[in-house]
Amino acid sequence: MDSAFIIEKSIFIVVIFAITMVMAMYSTWAERKVAAYLQDRVGPNRAGWGGLLQPLADGMKLFAKEEFFPNTPNRFLFIVGPAIAMSTALMTSAVMPWGDKLEIFGRTVILQATDIDVALLYVFGIISVGVYGVMIGGWASNNKFSLMSSVRAASQMVSYEIAMGLSIIALLMMTGTLSLKEIAAQQAGMNWNVFYQPVGFLIFLICAFAETNRTPFDLAECESELIGGYHTEYSSMKMGFYLFAEYANMFISSAILAVLYFGAYNYPGMQWMVDNVGVNAANILGIVVLFIKICFFIFFYMWVRWTIPRFRYDQLMHLGWKILIPLAIVNIMVTGICILVFK
Amino acid sequence: MSTAIQNISLSGKKKQVSNKEMTFLERMYLVAIVKGLWITIKHFFRKKATIHYPEQVREFSPVYRGQHMLKRDEQGRENCTACGLCALSCPAEAITMKAEERKKGEEHLYREEKYASIYEINMLRCIFCGLCEEACPKDAIYLTLSKELVPAQYDREDFIFGKDKLVMPLEMALKNTQLKNAN
Repeated sequence: MDSAFIIEKSIFIVVIFAITMVMAMYSTWAERKVAAYLQDRVGPNRAGWGGLLQPLADGMKLFAKEEFFPNTPNRFLFIVGPAIAMSTALMTSAVMPWGDKLEIFGRTVILQATDIDVALLYVFGIISVGVYGVMIGGWASNNKFSLMSSVRAASQMVSYEIAMGLSIIALLMMTGTLSLKEIAAQQAGMNWNVFYQPVGFLIFLICAFAETNRTPFDLAECESELIGGYHTEYSSMKMGFYLFAEYANMFISSAILAVLYFGAYNYPGMQWMVDNVGVNAANILGIVVLFIKICFFIFFYMWVRWTIPRFRYDQLMHLGWKILIPLAIVNIMVTGICILVFK
Repeated sequence: MSTAIQNISLSGKKKQVSNKEMTFLERMYLVAIVKGLWITIKHFFRKKATIHYPEQVREFSPVYRGQHMLKRDEQGRENCTACGLCALSCPAEAITMKAEERKKGEEHLYREEKYASIYEINMLRCIFCGLCEEACPKDAIYLTLSKELVPAQYDREDFIFGKDKLVMPLEMALKNTQLKNAN
C-alpha cells in the first residue's frame, strides 16, 4: 500500500463526509421550502437569498441553546444515544459507489471509499445498529414518553427490516453479488434494476420510508400522544444530532435507492461519452447524474410527507407483517422461477 | 320528471356515502396515493398566496381606518382643545388627556385657548372604531389611511402613544397648506 493511496482515500473520505453533511443541512432547508411550496406558501426567505443561510442559522441557534440534562441515572448513555445515531448515519456512505472511476495523474481512482465484496450486508448491518441510537436515547431519558416512542421506533424498524431484506434477496438473486460497485456496473445503459424488479423496488421504497422514520411511518414522533418523541428530553446540539441524523439517513437511503434500483451513476449514452469525450468527463457527468437521482428521491420523501397522512400503529404493523413480508416472499419465488425459465 | 327531495342537490356537490366493500385495487391504495401526489404537485407550481409584508402591502379597503393623528390647522397650530369628547366616546377607554391653558406667546402653537398638554392613546386598548373622530368638534383627531401597523414592542408602556407620535408633523401641515393655496 503506497502513501498516494492513503492520501487519495483520505481526501475522498473527507469530501464524502463534507458532501453528506452539506446535503443533510440543505435537506432541512429543502424540506421547509418544499413543504411551503406544496402548501402555496414561499417558505424561509429572510436569511440569505431564498433563505439559503437558514440551515446555518438553525445550527447556530441549536449550538447556543441551553444544554439540559434530565434527572437520569444514565448520563453516559444519554450522550451516547445521539452519537450513535449520527455516526451510523454517516458510516453507510463508506461503501457507496459515487461514480465509476477517474484518471488523475495516470492513476485510476475508483470513486468509492472502500469496495468491499459484502457492501450490501455492511449497509444493512449499519442501518440495524441505527436503531440503538434511538433506543438508547429514549431509554436514558428516564421519561416514559421517550421510552414509548423509542419502543415504537425500534419495533417499527425491526419489523420493516425483514421485508426490506427479503426484497433485497430477490435483487441479489438477479445480480449474484453483494458488492455495490458491481451492482452499479451491471446496470450500465438502461438496464436499471427497477425495470426487472418493480415489486421489489416498491417494497424497498416503502421500507426505506419506515426505516428513516418518515411520514407516513413517522410514529416515533407524535406531539399529541408522546409530547415530542424519543428526543423529548434532548436539547441543544444533542437534539440537533438526532434531527441531523434523520436527514443524513434520508440522503443515504436515497443514495441506496438510486444505486440499487435506478442505475446508480449510469445514464444512457455513458459508453459513448467514455469512448468519445473521455473517461473523466463521462464519470463526472455520472456523479452529477447520481446526485440528480438522489435529489429526486429526497424530494420524493418530502413530496410524500405532505401528501399522505400517517398510519395508525396497528395499521403500520399490519402492512409490515401481513402484506409486505408475504409479498416479498412471493416476489422471491417469482424471481426464482423467472431466472430458471429465461436463463 | 320530478326528483325526490332527498336526491336534489342545488350545489351539484352532493355525494352519496356508501359502505360498500373496497375492491382489491382500491385496497392497495396505490391509485389513491398517485392521485394525491398529483394534487400536491399541482400546488407546487401554483401561484403563492403569501404577501411579503414589509416589502409588499396588502390591498386595503377604502373605508380602512389606520393609526390616529392629531391634526394641525393651516398655520400649523394644533386643533385639539382638550374637551375630552373623544375620551368620552371611546368604547375601549383608550384615550386620556390633560388640559392646560394657552399662555401668552403660544398663539402660534395652539389654535384654541385651551389645549391638551398630554394626549395619550393606548394602542393595546384601541379598537380603531373611529368614534373619537366622529365625536371631535374641532376636527382634531383623525384615523388616517396609513398602512403602517402599530409595531411590536417588548413593554406594554411602549404601546401608549403620546403627543410625540400622534400630532401631525409641522412640515406636513405646512405642505398641506401650500398644496391648498396652489389649488
